[in-house]
Amino acid sequence: MIVKRKPLNFWERLYLPAMIGGFKVTLRHFFKKKVTMQYPEEKWAVPVDYRGAPYLVRDQEGNTKCVSCQLCEFVCPPKAIKIIPPGPAGPLADRPNAEKMPLEFEINMLRCIFCGFCQEVCPEEAIFLQKDYSLTGTSRAEMIYNKEKLLALGGVHGGVQKWKHKLEEAKEQENFPVKV
Amino acid sequence: MSTAATTETKPAPAAIEKIMVKVDGREIEVPRLMADWSGKLTPTTMIQACELAKTDVPHYCYHPKLPIAGNCRMCLVEFGTPALGPDRKPILNPDGTTKIAKSPRPAIACATPVSPGMEIYTNTPGVKQMREGVLEFLLINHPLDCPICDQAGECKLQEYSVDYGQSASRFVEAKVHKPKVVDLGPRIMLDDERCILCTRCIRFTKDIVGDDALGIVNRGSFNTLTAFPGKAFDNNYTLNTVDICPVGALTSKDFRFQMRVWFLKETRSVCTSCATGCNILIGSREEKIYRYTPRENDAVNGPWMCDYGRLNYKWIGRADRLKDVLVRNVGQASSLSHSQEKSETGRMPVLHSKVTWTAALSEIADKLKNAPAGSVAIVASARQTNEELWLISKLKAKLGAISDSISRTGAGDKLLVSTDKNPNTNGAQLTGVAANSMGTNLPKIADGIRTGKIRTLIVFGEDVTRHGIGVDLLGKLETLIVSDILPNATTELAHYLLPGCAHAEKRGTFTNTKGRVQKFMKAVEPPGDARPEWEFLHDLVYNVTGQDGFLTIEGLFNEMAQDVPAFNGLTWANLGDTGVTVKT
Repeated sequence: MIVKRKPLNFWERLYLPAMIGGFKVTLRHFFKKKVTMQYPEEKWAVPVDYRGAPYLVRDQEGNTKCVSCQLCEFVCPPKAIKIIPPGPAGPLADRPNAEKMPLEFEINMLRCIFCGFCQEVCPEEAIFLQKDYSLTGTSRAEMIYNKEKLLALGGVHGGVQKWKHKLEEAKEQENFPVKV
Repeated sequence: MSTAATTETKPAPAAIEKIMVKVDGREIEVPRLMADWSGKLTPTTMIQACELAKTDVPHYCYHPKLPIAGNCRMCLVEFGTPALGPDRKPILNPDGTTKIAKSPRPAIACATPVSPGMEIYTNTPGVKQMREGVLEFLLINHPLDCPICDQAGECKLQEYSVDYGQSASRFVEAKVHKPKVVDLGPRIMLDDERCILCTRCIRFTKDIVGDDALGIVNRGSFNTLTAFPGKAFDNNYTLNTVDICPVGALTSKDFRFQMRVWFLKETRSVCTSCATGCNILIGSREEKIYRYTPRENDAVNGPWMCDYGRLNYKWIGRADRLKDVLVRNVGQASSLSHSQEKSETGRMPVLHSKVTWTAALSEIADKLKNAPAGSVAIVASARQTNEELWLISKLKAKLGAISDSISRTGAGDKLLVSTDKNPNTNGAQLTGVAANSMGTNLPKIADGIRTGKIRTLIVFGEDVTRHGIGVDLLGKLETLIVSDILPNATTELAHYLLPGCAHAEKRGTFTNTKGRVQKFMKAVEPPGDARPEWEFLHDLVYNVTGQDGFLTIEGLFNEMAQDVPAFNGLTWANLGDTGVTVKT
């Protein structure tokens, strides 16, 4: 089908009304509030519940909360997480009755898609998507964050100290007749 | 010898009467008697009938290869039997069907024998409620350690809680705390809080192994599994309790915190630590082997394996594995060797230099082709596969070589461990590579080298310097061709060093001590340039004899089965997962 193009009338051929209309828009914006942000000099207020980079957190007492159950490694869709469990001879966990914590914990921030599955699956509330959205580095290796870096960036996240409570509960039962 | 291979021959069992029972409304015929854990014929139980009907009945304490305990109550089912009138005849419903008198109480399926006409109901609201109740009781004092528990992912308490349990706990009181991280034995770690007191481990060690080491002490909620005072739980089968423990109470110290089980790829394989050839699963992830677990095969190992075999996997990942095809630079150098310019510049000469497989194999083939008859000897290994030994026998026939392999013996036991520590002694003998009395040709080979009659020696996977062919004798050889996995005194002297593969890195078959041919699969990639022996042996045989064979393990096996009388009638496919017994 061929659509016939309507011929322009006299005012349209003159172009002037269209130009004046355009200048009017420009002029109107001169007097409006400016919306452009001067990024990166000016920074954006990150909303609550924003899903940025995942970092490991410590509890109120500075203990590593992660017990290297590797569920985040399993659930991670882009396989960004790599955990090396402690093994039988590994270092002791920060909290004695939590029995284990990761020997190494790496997140490849180049692979991470900030989906939040790791936070959702974590049974220990040890990993959280935090507010960092602009991650830069000069090499690929630099973008693989290790346990030390993740814990430093993650900060402290309180919450229920279930291992501590278990230990206290067990201690209270010391006078029970359960000697082996 | 030329008769077709048969499966395990057993005396024909006497005909056992069959009875009809109904499982969830489906009629099924079951034998009146079935083998119990010890193989004795006992009345068929409801759980066996349900298994024959392919209906899952959840259970903790019941294990088909252990005596019945009936303590977990998880397998409670409802059932009914035909109602009998005063004349002991079944009462009929108005529509002519047998009237069923439903039992007022449930029964544990693992310990209740079936009777003719019995109806078993595994899916009624009542049964579901009972399962919920049992699980609720089991979880009362369970610590819910799942994030730090090695059993997570293969835990029956997790599985049944998801399948049959309630979603929330109603228990608000403090849980009873019991000893955790208990050192139960040299290979076993015990966590008493996780234990559900099914007593599988106690029955296993008492009735299967005959080492009465475990028991339960204290009463009620304080029931605690422990080793008897003064008794160490250190027999050679302790790690089987880790497999049969339905929860994470017993865990392996070796596998402790190594890897979560859901990451492990399981490969069907065979244990190589002795001639029994226990069927195993190799658990590996990213080319690293983490554990062996037994794979059930009633003709060989049942569901068990010994601790020694189970832990004998670490050498596969050793850092000093042979990874390169090497030729020797000093002594009788090959044309592929580098000239010894480095020694002239005052530096230590590099003993070996790296070459390609193609170059090394074609040069070896040239040397072998030109070797006069009788000047070549072959020391094969009874740790090699049937296919590899058969290829060696072809080489041997062409070269008119003398060959043998090295026998290994040690202590055996009544259960699984064989006194023969080679996994494939029978294969080495059936293919004609080993002498009938293995090792008797070794002194002849040593003499041959001493008198200068034998100029070329081919060694597979053995350190012959420890078996009568010393360094001095090896030094007299014109050509020493060695294929091995780990470095030793023989590999150091090799003129040609061909890196081979562990059984976990290739496919093949072994013939165990009872003559059962069993195949194994590849779990991990070999390191560096290492290649399965059958691959390069195939190339070598082709280069030397000019006869081409199959380039796949399936074809190679089938070709061997036609050629070796004892293996006639076998094919790679009909070996199945559990193997076929041949006459030896």
